Amino acid sequence: MTVNGETKSVSIDPRTSLLDALREYMGLTGSKKGCDHGQCGACTVLVDGRRINSCLTFAVMYQGQKVTTIEGLANGDQLHAVQQAFVKHDGFQCGYCTPGQICSAVAMLAEAKAGCASAVTADLAAANVTLTDEEIRERMSGNLCRCGAYPGIVEAIRSLAEA
Amino acid sequence: MSIIETTKLGLVGKGLDRLDGPFKVMGKARYSAEFPAKKITYAVGVGADIANGKIRSINTAGAEAAPGVIAVITHKNRPPLVDGKTFAGGGAQGELRMPLADNVINHAGQYIAVVVAESLECATYAAHLIKAVYIEEDPVVVFDDKRAQRYPAKQWFGEAVTKNRGEAQTALLASAVSVDNKYRTPTQSHNPMETHATMAVWEGDKLTVYDATQGLYNTRKALALSFSVPESNVRVVCKYIGGAFGCKGAMWPHVLLTTLAARAVNRPVKLVLTRAQMFTNVGHRAETEQRVALGATADGAIQAIIHHGTSHTAVDGEFVEVFTKATPMMYASPNLSVSQDLVKLNKQMPTFMRAPGETPGMFALESAMDELSSAVKIDPVDLRLINYAKRDPDSGHPFSSKSLIQCYKLGAEKIGWNKRSATPGSRKEGDWLLGLGMASATYPTVHFNSMCNGLLKADGTFLFTSSTHEMGTGTCTVMSQIGAGRLGVPVELVTFELGDTDLPMAPISGGSATVGSAVDGAAVEIQNALSKQLSESPLSPFSGVPQEKIVVSGGKFTVVGKSETLSYVDALKLLKLPSLEVKYQTHFNDKAKSFSMHSFGAHFVEVKVDQDLGTVRVTRVVSVMANGRIANEKTCRSQVHGGVIMGIGMALEEATLFDSRSGRVVNRSLGEYYVSVNADIPPIEVHFIAETDKEINSIGAKGIGEIGITGVAAAVANAVYNATGKRIRHLPITADKLFV
Repeated sequence: MTVNGETKSVSIDPRTSLLDALREYMGLTGSKKGCDHGQCGACTVLVDGRRINSCLTFAVMYQGQKVTTIEGLANGDQLHAVQQAFVKHDGFQCGYCTPGQICSAVAMLAEAKAGCASAVTADLAAANVTLTDEEIRERMSGNLCRCGAYPGIVEAIRSLAEA
Repeated sequence: MSIIETTKLGLVGKGLDRLDGPFKVMGKARYSAEFPAKKITYAVGVGADIANGKIRSINTAGAEAAPGVIAVITHKNRPPLVDGKTFAGGGAQGELRMPLADNVINHAGQYIAVVVAESLECATYAAHLIKAVYIEEDPVVVFDDKRAQRYPAKQWFGEAVTKNRGEAQTALLASAVSVDNKYRTPTQSHNPMETHATMAVWEGDKLTVYDATQGLYNTRKALALSFSVPESNVRVVCKYIGGAFGCKGAMWPHVLLTTLAARAVNRPVKLVLTRAQMFTNVGHRAETEQRVALGATADGAIQAIIHHGTSHTAVDGEFVEVFTKATPMMYASPNLSVSQDLVKLNKQMPTFMRAPGETPGMFALESAMDELSSAVKIDPVDLRLINYAKRDPDSGHPFSSKSLIQCYKLGAEKIGWNKRSATPGSRKEGDWLLGLGMASATYPTVHFNSMCNGLLKADGTFLFTSSTHEMGTGTCTVMSQIGAGRLGVPVELVTFELGDTDLPMAPISGGSATVGSAVDGAAVEIQNALSKQLSESPLSPFSGVPQEKIVVSGGKFTVVGKSETLSYVDALKLLKLPSLEVKYQTHFNDKAKSFSMHSFGAHFVEVKVDQDLGTVRVTRVVSVMANGRIANEKTCRSQVHGGVIMGIGMALEEATLFDSRSGRVVNRSLGEYYVSVNADIPPIEVHFIAETDKEINSIGAKGIGEIGITGVAAAVANAVYNATGKRIRHLPITADKLFV
């Protein structure tokens, strides 16, 4: 599979989740394991630009596909805009849910741009979604943060939605 | 030692971005399970299916035969371990029992085996093949079980639990107005996002352990003891902790099991707890049942406070959730009685969880204050002002600083308290009933002694080192700011390194205490060492000037009345020193102080409650905190946010539920143990009342990690009462309780 633009070839147990393949076999420990059950979002990665829980899926299902992890967002030392916004708005404390939050936010901004509705979108047929705080909170609720960095996360994403 | 001048650090320190922020957002911060090791093996712990009884037999044949399995360890073949000590007993262990010691089972999930294999997949599969047959006894998991052993809690780290002033019961009966109710809080689980993880690497009799811990030195000491090696042979590393909240304070059995397994298989072993094991193997906040009775005059002056109750402990150890801790200090009352019982249950040992004691205790006390306010018909804020304690009513000492009145006043103003109707259920918007509630917050300031080394390098940069912990609090950022503030240099010149027992001793990061005073002390040592040499050395322009006349101002050494100034680098060069290294150790003795040291605050909460569905939504929070000096406005604000958010979870959702028949936790996942999600959290306005506190420590800081959660659940419950007229005294406040 292609991970962060690099071709990776590993020989692994078919029972290995995509998350464990990244963490244990490719040395990409940026994606985190919080629950291993798809309940916390810490393992969120992007597959062809869409966010998925990498703990809920087997690595062998992604042969030949393009996976982007938190390590693939920055350009060298130049942080991705979402990463910069998280630092500026203190959108994290311990940092453990952060890679998942950031991958989720990157995909979520694209989803909103594409007009995808959420549970709180008033007009399901509207071509554009305005990312109100309520929309941001709803769309980011699959990513738990036990430190309680939610206010900073909302601020960070709002700053990008407004930009 | 002088307090850092306000001009140097600022009473509210700059909201500097986290210095480790870029590492965290790029996924480069390495947590304990993420260090590479050659020939690594994976361990998985297997838990007991029963909560009380014995293992009759355990069949490991299937697991041993499974592909990739290297070892299976049970109580039958466990290599010897020297008995350790509990945290309360001066050691590190969360529980006294050594893992796999024998066939006795005291709680569900207790380890009965550990499997080591070539891969996580192999180990996980093999773990499921282990079959134990038990001799099961009915577990005791509820307070009112007649078989439960009940006894009075005597002390909490040397402090007596029972306290009495005057004649509380007599005064209560004689009071014009009184309230007397029972409050209950459930067992709660910390659930940091990073589950506990340990990796052990033996090289001969030298041991390196990467462990998610809030107590590196304690862990090192405990491992050295149990594995019979000198402490100097043991190195414990933890560079980043993925959240802790108390459960990573003590050392739990998996740390011993991982280290034991690594020695047994002679290869590095990594063990990462599953989320389910986070509910049964790393402690929890104990369940509480509390009676709070308040008696007051018709003018609202409290005459009697009674706070009695029960929390649970394990059948084989003692942990007191001291929910009465703040009560004797909080309000002026001539008569007071507090005491606690413990009940032994078949649950794992409870442990510290964010603001242990105050969190459940302030829920009860501050709910009772709201009930008294209704009974005596005095506004809740006014009632608290009437009973404001100017001196600590418990110790009789003055407070080192206390700005609670300002917290009440600013909070009331910001939330729009004057719009609150004293009549419950009188504000409505569509289907929603609106309510406002408030509560006080408090947490004591404690100090643990620590060490820090300071290094001035030839290039003019500074390095401070101490083996403390980064668990989301912003330690390296704040310590760099404190060092730079004392030195009078830009923070860019200062680096702080932590997370390794090769660095100077630091205590457990808990009780909102860290190593700020040690960093400050080390910075002063650098200044003193240089000024001494500048005074004595013939190479110095200040040669012969008494040391005390050489002052540091704006990062430069100078002598009063002279125009010549020297930077730190100038001084090094003149003195022909390649670098300068100092060591510093704090010498706190809080008990000897004649001041009462506490943070205070107030939470104001607005809720809406769906009158048909019973859904409770918190719609606004204003929290005003007085914590001495605020070292970094940004990270401190985030700490308060975190406390408030965990408090909202406690109020509305969180409970670790035990099946009363089997004693097993029934909601062992993040899908069934609800914590607040982003959509649950409204705007939270945090304000700080800056305090100059010259008594407390050299930097004037009180600690901020815990106070944010205290009082939140009461403020929510009080707001729910204001919205609905329903008083919920048993957390969490769920729809079923609102409709009873």
